[in-house]
Amino acid sequence: MESDLKPQDQKDLDKFIKFFALKTVQVIVQARLGEKICTRSSSSPTGSDWFNLAIKDIPEVTHEAKKALAGQLPGIGRSMCVEISLKTSEGDSMELETWCLEMNEKCDKEIKVSYAVYNRLSVLLKSLLAITRVTPAYKLSRKQGHDYVILYRIYFGEVQLSGLGEGFQTVRVGVVGTPIGTITLSCAYRTNLAFMSNRAPDEEDGGQFAGVQDSQEVCATSFSTSPPSQVLHAGKEGGALLMPPHGADVHLTVEHAPNTPSSRRKEEGRRSVSPSDPVESLNAFTRKVGAFVNKPSTQITAASLDLPFAAFAPRGLDSEENDPMVHPPDSPPCPSPLQGSLHSQGSEGSGQQDDFVMVDFRPAFSKDDLLPMDLGTFYREFQNPPQLASLSLHISSQSMADDLDSLPEKLRVYEKNIDEFDAFVDMLQ
Amino acid sequence: MNCRSEVLEVTVEARQVEEAMLALLHTILLHRSTGKFHYKKEGTYSIGTVGTQDIDCDFIDFTFVRVSSEELDRMIRKAVSEFKDALSNSGSDGMGQISLEFYQKKKSRWPFSDECIPWEVWSIKVNVVNLANEQERQICREKVGEKLGEKVINVVEVINRHEYLPKMPTQSEVDNVFDTTLKDVQPYLYKITYQITDSLGTSVSTTMRRD
Repeated sequence: MESDLKPQDQKDLDKFIKFFALKTVQVIVQARLGEKICTRSSSSPTGSDWFNLAIKDIPEVTHEAKKALAGQLPGIGRSMCVEISLKTSEGDSMELETWCLEMNEKCDKEIKVSYAVYNRLSVLLKSLLAITRVTPAYKLSRKQGHDYVILYRIYFGEVQLSGLGEGFQTVRVGVVGTPIGTITLSCAYRTNLAFMSNRAPDEEDGGQFAGVQDSQEVCATSFSTSPPSQVLHAGKEGGALLMPPHGADVHLTVEHAPNTPSSRRKEEGRRSVSPSDPVESLNAFTRKVGAFVNKPSTQITAASLDLPFAAFAPRGLDSEENDPMVHPPDSPPCPSPLQGSLHSQGSEGSGQQDDFVMVDFRPAFSKDDLLPMDLGTFYREFQNPPQLASLSLHISSQSMADDLDSLPEKLRVYEKNIDEFDAFVDMLQ
Repeated sequence: MNCRSEVLEVTVEARQVEEAMLALLHTILLHRSTGKFHYKKEGTYSIGTVGTQDIDCDFIDFTFVRVSSEELDRMIRKAVSEFKDALSNSGSDGMGQISLEFYQKKKSRWPFSDECIPWEVWSIKVNVVNLANEQERQICREKVGEKLGEKVINVVEVINRHEYLPKMPTQSEVDNVFDTTLKDVQPYLYKITYQITDSLGTSVSTTMRRD
């Protein structure tokens, strides 16, 4: 099969596959750093932008990828995988997704290597950029910080999907036929985000929590049986192993050590994380009654939060102690004073451990018969304001100019809607 | 040649129309844009670099990737804004459709004008709903975000079939295939059109937005 290919084509193809693999890893890891990515277009070719796409090369990531490949190339039976997992501040971890770059035996002898294969690989990378923002782990990674971080692991060889739990879904990013086989890129992602079900020894963890007593018991059990980290388990294949305080990990996953100015990531631009956010993100995937909920039957509504990470809740604390209405905790330390003020304004009562009690949808002083849900929903909604775009220090001068350019247009729109605004103001009075 | 036609359908709130359309149109254009071509001697050419950026939506729980080109973004926003205005002026439960068509120009001899031959058309059907309260709106934010994610996967699936694409043109032909007017990227020649169906079910207007 391979002898049909001209030597130059074979050489080119090997180079394309190698750099495609490295760029694939960069795109995936960068999409899980928790920040928005922005690169510039350049009309003059620089010669170093593979596949005509501006994808930065983070040196540690390239290093890890090359280490995992160990001089080999992805091929038939030799897949390159990037595993994304979540690790809580308590030390528990859970695999979220596995991206697989594989090759199958279906060959396309007719295709021109230097032209069509290259361009199709470029399109596939663009598709990867788009799809990495769509899988559930993206939202989780944008909200990482105090309570959890996102880690990655690259390995080569056989694909391992068992850590993704039951019912994982697969999305195919795309395929590119080559004369030596068809390159396929896909992602298998966990759908069952109930943290409990990941811990095999605890049988009683699955299913609904019946009441406070039971949930406390389960919390206590799961809290004490911290399993060995997934990352350790995964190391047996000889893949790259990444654990904090390994330099690369800390560098890339924006691990929030408060007041560490030496952290190499730009923290100022990140929106401050309200710890209840991951809980909300996981809302769509599991429906369980959270710990410390006093009346589980009234709490199970469409808007009630789940508590997949009940393990976060500190052992032994009862609900009154954790009730943010009774003991409003301090806001967690924030990287910049401006962010700090935003955070404390918008999220009073969201301390680190108390957020799990935010599952309780009965805000203090609201009467049961008067639509408690709306007040609770209101509270929840305004607790996590999206970060103002203008406060993100990640903006390039290009987008600053763009913001200024769009101001007249925005003013026009606002002027047009002035009646609406007036009506709103009247309503508030 | 046959024109490939794809239809995507979304149901959104009025305030989400703009972002939903931008998300889908930019996702398609990301795949249908290349770097600027620089032709050299002997018919070879080199290609510029396309940058990308993440855009967070304000009214939808969604982030999409678009090509880093302010010019292109301005043009798409203008078309989407016209569509959105037309939709809102048509009445509360309006339905509309915005189409992104990629075409090739075929030069004809005088007195005939150049032909525009479409090779791929993406139609996005929009149903606008009104929601009663904040709780529903919050759920809608998330649901529409998930739906858009599914649409992005659909788009990627179609594009990765690697079906017909115009041949890479020579220097003299490049304007028949690509839009070379932008300074930083080069999308395939495209045009955006839209149709609004009012609540009576009749198609009210079709406006050509030529690019």
